[in-house]
Amino acid sequence: MAKEIKKGKQDIARLPKTLTGIPGLDDITGGGLPTGRPTLICGEAGCGKTLLAIQFIVKGALNYDEPGVFVAFEEKADELAMNVASLGFDLDQLQKDKLLKLDYVHIDRTEIEETGEYDLEGLFIRIGYAIDSIGAKRVVLDTIENLFGGLSNQSILRAELRRLFQWLKTKGVTAVITGERGDGNSLTRQGLEEYVSDCVILLDHRVINQISTRRLRIIKYRGSIHGTNEYPFMIDEDGISVLPVTALKLNKEASAERISSGIPALDKMLGDKGFYKGNSILVSGTAGTGKTSVAASFANHACSEKKRCLYFAFEESPKQIVRNMRSISLNLQQWVDKGLLQFHASRPTLYGLEQHLVSMHKMIKEFKPDVVIFDPITNLISVGSVSDVKSMLTRLIDFLLDEQITVMFTALSLNTVINEQTDEGVSSLVDTWVMVRYIEYNGERNRGVYIMKSRGMQHSNQVREFVISDRGIDLVDVYLGPNGVLIGSAREAQMLQELTDRVLHKNTVNMKDRELDRKRKMLESKIASLRTEFETTEEELNRINIEEELVKKVTDENRVELVKRRKGEQ
Amino acid sequence: MKELTAAPSYNDDLEDDRYRLRLYVTGATPNSARAIVNLKDFCETHLKDNYELEIIDVYQQPLIAQADQVIAIPMLIKLSPMPLRRLIGDMSDKDKIFRGLSLTAG
Repeated sequence: MAKEIKKGKQDIARLPKTLTGIPGLDDITGGGLPTGRPTLICGEAGCGKTLLAIQFIVKGALNYDEPGVFVAFEEKADELAMNVASLGFDLDQLQKDKLLKLDYVHIDRTEIEETGEYDLEGLFIRIGYAIDSIGAKRVVLDTIENLFGGLSNQSILRAELRRLFQWLKTKGVTAVITGERGDGNSLTRQGLEEYVSDCVILLDHRVINQISTRRLRIIKYRGSIHGTNEYPFMIDEDGISVLPVTALKLNKEASAERISSGIPALDKMLGDKGFYKGNSILVSGTAGTGKTSVAASFANHACSEKKRCLYFAFEESPKQIVRNMRSISLNLQQWVDKGLLQFHASRPTLYGLEQHLVSMHKMIKEFKPDVVIFDPITNLISVGSVSDVKSMLTRLIDFLLDEQITVMFTALSLNTVINEQTDEGVSSLVDTWVMVRYIEYNGERNRGVYIMKSRGMQHSNQVREFVISDRGIDLVDVYLGPNGVLIGSAREAQMLQELTDRVLHKNTVNMKDRELDRKRKMLESKIASLRTEFETTEEELNRINIEEELVKKVTDENRVELVKRRKGEQ
Repeated sequence: MKELTAAPSYNDDLEDDRYRLRLYVTGATPNSARAIVNLKDFCETHLKDNYELEIIDVYQQPLIAQADQVIAIPMLIKLSPMPLRRLIGDMSDKDKIFRGLSLTAG
């Protein structure tokens, strides 16, 4: 990124940027904070300003070879080091390696007496010395507004701060200044935004319905385009990560590779091969229809092909799922032990939707699965409105598509009538929609499975009966007879009936065959006797003809003899 | 630029009421120059022979600035007698100096 920017700068004078190393933030800002200029980060207490700042410094030192100076006005150096140690940042080591310089600026009004004109040259010298001693490229002034608490002469302070920010620019360091959010409309209590006008980032920490969500917004960024939305971010054991917001462009790769659903009969319904790799699959159904079993079969099959699978469970604990799936002969534990399958179970109410999304992102990035399962997404609705959930899922699907990860969602549909729309309204987003529902007939309930849609493949339009047994999941063709669709024991009964019918029918057919045979034989004997009769007649006729000819011959001979004799006597 | 008006002794056996002062300045900027003049004048008038004044140029010794939490310049630190006090400014406000050094005027 840095190289690209440098290259760009040669072509046209583009604003050079400094990567923050904070996942996602560099995407939103289009390459980081403005290089050599101060950036203001403001927000209420506890919104993560200091963390963002320290991450900027530490990442710069570790990843981009840019040493940094951290001037703390709030926390003492050792306190700060301790606070960020939990994030795996070893500030002491960085200081020893001359990659970081911590300076704690303490100011206490009670021990200060102002006796006339003064300036803040002391602060300048300290910062300047710190920058020069390690060749710092980055500087953080963590809550410089604390100076206003320690010194009373506002006009001097303001003039000096203005000078300080100008001076930082001339020093060529990329500075981050944090400021606490003020009352009313002002971004900071002392109006720092007036002095730092190149880039202003606002952090926000809101609690809606008892669920907190952290958000980040770039209020301004001179000379650069930037994302203007509020972006959720989260703070976890690795520090801050802002959700990388893909622009929802539909220019994704499409793989022709197929991936089996783990249920041979279901694959058969899906053009004999199963799902497309990188597609999204929705399995919806009413309670207890076996959605989790479908998902587990899919996971099991993926793992058996040495694919990695990440399973997000929002209802059951991993142990429960493993135990329950044993009842249908799916041994998921072996994949967990081999590290191919990873469960992540959390209550949806653990944190806000966006936070969920960010944490999912993170885990997916870390685990690099081939298959991801969300079981079920319906529960997420308890922490957000329908439109929130939909927008979240859109982004999630988008992201997974980008990574070419096959994803399976399960969703609980609350109404038993076939609903063309799931509660989450994601049916239009997914590529394949498998629906499992109860079919109540003849005093029993049976599961039927349909393929509601499946993009880009020939798929069955048949309803199949979905049978969960201790051998696993199988699909059987439902009986479509003159009496309608038969399932369950009715289907079994019908099948038995058919078998009986077939035997009887066979019997009947055999009898008819024999009769035909007999008739043929009779006819054949008739034909034989007729033929014999004909031969007799023919012979008779022949005999008469021969006799006639003989008679004629003899007569002729006699006549000639007679003529001869008459002539001789004369 | 280090200017010592009295012996730079840091011995513990100094009398308790002896004033040990340290003034941080930045070269010869107007504020600093004024502060030096004002403070010397003040000390000669009110603390005659009962004080040590150390003047430190922060430009020369930036590390000391960090150790002593120097932010505003000029700054005077009263090291003894206790309690430690900091006075900032060009030392033109004599009343404030009196208060800062816990002295009574006159």
